[in-house]
Order: sequence, then C-alpha cells, then structure tokens
Amino acid sequence: MSRFLYELIGLGAGVMFILALKGLSHPRTARRGNLLGAAGATIATITVFFYSSDGQLPLNNLGWILGAIAVGLIIGVPAARRVQMTAMPQLVALFNGVGGGAAALVAIVEYLKLGQSASTTVVIATVFTVIVGSTSFSGSIVTFLKLQELMTTRPVVFAGGRFVIAGTLLATLGCAGWVVTSLGTTPLLVLAGLSLAFGILFVLPVGGADVPIVISLLNAFTGLTVAAGGYVLDSTLLIIAGTLVGASGTILTRLMAEAMGRSLFGTLFGAFTAKPQDSSGTGEDRPVKSGSADDVAILLNYARRVVIVPGFGLAVAQAQHTVRELADLLSAKGIDVAYGIHPVAGRMPGHMNVLLAEANVPYEQLSEMDEVNPTFPQTDVALIIGANDVVNPAAKTTPGCPIYGMPILDVSQAGNVIFLKRSMRPGFAGIENELLYDPKTTLLFGDAKASLTKVVSALKAL
Amino acid sequence: MEAMAIISIFTLSIFVGFEVVSKVSSTLHTPLMSGANAIHGVILVGAIIVADHSDNSLELGLSLAAIVLATINMVGGFVVTDRMLEMFKGKGAKNKGSGDK
Repeated sequence: MSRFLYELIGLGAGVMFILALKGLSHPRTARRGNLLGAAGATIATITVFFYSSDGQLPLNNLGWILGAIAVGLIIGVPAARRVQMTAMPQLVALFNGVGGGAAALVAIVEYLKLGQSASTTVVIATVFTVIVGSTSFSGSIVTFLKLQELMTTRPVVFAGGRFVIAGTLLATLGCAGWVVTSLGTTPLLVLAGLSLAFGILFVLPVGGADVPIVISLLNAFTGLTVAAGGYVLDSTLLIIAGTLVGASGTILTRLMAEAMGRSLFGTLFGAFTAKPQDSSGTGEDRPVKSGSADDVAILLNYARRVVIVPGFGLAVAQAQHTVRELADLLSAKGIDVAYGIHPVAGRMPGHMNVLLAEANVPYEQLSEMDEVNPTFPQTDVALIIGANDVVNPAAKTTPGCPIYGMPILDVSQAGNVIFLKRSMRPGFAGIENELLYDPKTTLLFGDAKASLTKVVSALKAL
Repeated sequence: MEAMAIISIFTLSIFVGFEVVSKVSSTLHTPLMSGANAIHGVILVGAIIVADHSDNSLELGLSLAAIVLATINMVGGFVVTDRMLEMFKGKGAKNKGSGDK
C-alpha cells in the first residue's frame, strides 16, 4: 500500500471519529455514532497491517502482534459485556487508564528506538506522552479503586499533602528537563515512575462525588497523550483522533462540572483547602423515625403528587423494574408521579437515566433538577431511593463541607420525605445528612429492591 | 511531517472537537465520555507500528503490552458504550424531545 493511500484511509477514519462524536451528542443518533467510531477504529487498525514505513510486509513480529490483540480482546470484550450497569463507571475509568498506559508505553518504545537520533521536538512530545499517559494510568486506577469501594471514597488528605503533590510535580518537570538534555534511558524511566506517583497523589484528595469529573478530565488527558504519540510516530490519524478526544473531553468535563455547579478548579483543588470533615458523627445516636413498608404505602396512597428521587442504591439493588412497578401502581390510582433526576445521581452523569431507561420508564416522567425543584412545595411525598448526597441540605448550609455549593434536589420542601436506605451510613461523599433526623422524614431500612417490593404489595393490599 | 501542517491539523481538530460536543444533554454525558474514551483506543495503531519497529526483546515486550492495553481500551470501550446506548433503544423520538431542552 502506498503512503498516500495509507494516509488517505487514516484521514477517512479521522472523519468517521468526528461523525461518531457528533452522533453521540444526540439521543437519536448516539448508537449509530458509536458504531461509526468502532468502524473507523477497525478500518484504521486493519490498514496498519498493509503499510510499513520500511516497505517490508508482512509486518515484523506479526504473530506476536496478532497474539497480543487476541489477548486484549479476550480480556476486554467479556469485561465490557458482563459488567453490571452499576459497575460501568469504574470500567470506563479502567479502560481510560489502560489507554493512557498504552500511549506512554508506545512513546517509551519509540524513544528507546530513536536513541540519540531523536530530534528535540520529538523528545519533548515523548516526555509529554510519558508524563500525561502515566498520570492518566495511575490516576484512573485510583478512581477505579474509589468507585469499586476497594478504598475509601472520601477525600484522602494528609498533613503537608499539598507540598508533597507540588514537590512531585516539580520533580516530574525537573526530570523532564533531564530527559530532554541527556537523552538517556534511565531519566525516562524515572520520569515514568514520578508521573505514576503524581497521578495517584492528584486523584487521592478528590472526594467521591467529584470522581466522575476527574474520569472525564483524565479521558481528555489520554486524548492529548495519544495526539502527542501521533506526533512522535508521524501519524496524522493519531493526531486527529487524540486531539478530538482531548478537546471534546475538555468541553464535556466543563459541562459536567457545570451540571454539578462546581468550578473545575474547585473540584480538583478544593480538597486541599477543605478541612478534614468532622465525622465523629454527633448524629449517630440521635433518634430517627423509622417506618414499616405499610407506613410508607399509606403515605404514598394518600398523596396527590409523588416525586421519586433515585440514587446509587437503586442501581446497586437493581431495583429499576420494581420502582417502575410502584410508579405505575401510583399512576393507576391517579397520583401524579415524577422522577427527580439529579445530574450526578449515581456514580456518573446520566447514570439514572440509563438505568430507568432500561426499565422502560416513560421518558416524560423523568424531570431534570431545574424542572422538578420548583414543584417540591406542591409535592406531598418525596421518595428517596438509595440517594443521599444529592438531597443533602449540607450542600447549602455547611460551608467547607466537600459538597458545599453543589445544587441539590430540594426534597425538604415536600410535605413528607421517605428515605429507602440500607443503613444510616453516610453517602458516597461521607457527609452526615441532617434531613434524616427531620420530623417529617420516614426511613425504611433495607435493600432498595426488597423494600420496594414490600411497599408495592402493601399498596396493593390497601 | 512539516511542522506547519501538524500545527494546522492540531488546531483545526481542537475546534472541531469543541464544536461537535458543545450542546449535549446530561443524559448523554456518560455514553459520550465512554465513546470518546474508546476512540483514543486507536493508539492501538501506534502500538502496532512500534511493535513492527521493535528489534530487541525489551522493545517488543513493551510494545506487546501496549497492544494488549490499547485493544482493551478500544474494543472494550466501544462494546460498553453500545451496551449503555442499547438501553435507550426504541425511545429515540421521545429522548430527542427532551435532549433539545
């Protein structure tokens, strides 16, 4: 295959990526857009087997290459197919991390290959790829651990943390300078190590609720890494694809931050200024009003308007079908039912929409935060299923708490508040919720699905 | 490649990237992030190129690791995005209405 044809096909794949992103931005064309992106990536991958810069075909190490792709497929496809909807956010984080790791490895190999003959700009691009790729890799692993709850979901802040982070960053930059001037192998490996450490330190102080924003940011980072890798390898396709993801990822990160009412800066560096939360929990022993499924059914039965606020607990319990059953039952009794969807309910923006769409909840019943908030004073019952942080009034009343400033669903305006919760444990952000102790709040403890099933049968019996 | 050509491609790609996602409802934030995530898996192409160049076992080992990781990123990414979007299937028209708000 001639260089011209090779580049032309690469350009075609680049255009397909643009159309893919465009398609993914609209509900009607989203699926087609994704398939188009997959087609572009497949074409680009097949093409590379028919062109070699040294003119020798088939490619050297062909058997190894195909074997490695097979291994990747064996790991990646079942993981993507089998993952529960609840675990999807951390899987996306993990996929993003390995992409960053791949880009860093590619740059390292090309650097080893070029040795002393590398031009300064290529070395700078290599250094950039290694730093950002490694940061994205280790940072994504930490977000994965947080989301999987293999480690604490609270911000990890330690004394002098900000100095350690600043020091690591300075050391990384200094090491980058060392690589550019010495062109040695050791400095590059030190650089990779420092960048990995920086990625970990960078994500540790981020609080649970802000993790989705960080995933999106790291995604944009990986895109830029791929673009820099494209420069090192002289591949137009990688430059286009990487830059597209970098740019669209940055915009998406900003949109997400806006949806949460956070500044990007505040999200990333907020934890440095926030004081460690007083989690000694004065509230643990305070009385709460715990009810039975029958109490909840009665409250719902005599309501005229019910707003259901789903959260991560709904996803964990896979209770989306049961909640739909409940909503249908209430609608049949002539009760006005709406779902109040907080933009970041769950572990990712849009998580609840995806989950409820799976249960065929009519789209008109899903109300976004701005729509539903003014209706709470006319709402008789706010039924909160496995959500906590997104309705926590501390976001309005307690300056300095990790979620302060985040817009919340004003459920306290409703006549009655019902929480379906597994336990008194605080939410993902680890903050006590005053609303739980409010006299108009009723708590029903247990797994969301089990509780909802009981409420449904109690309601039918009334 | 000529420096100016690269700078042009880079700059134009930034604006295209900004432009294509500037208006998107929060419903689609997650699938869009996941889809964009899969697209950068195309670093697989770069990993295959360096594996072709490799002439010692260290280089080859690192490139093969890069191929495995990039394949997971790319294929896994597209599959998982498709699974998310599958759930919106058949409700496209209604979703459209809300997406325009």
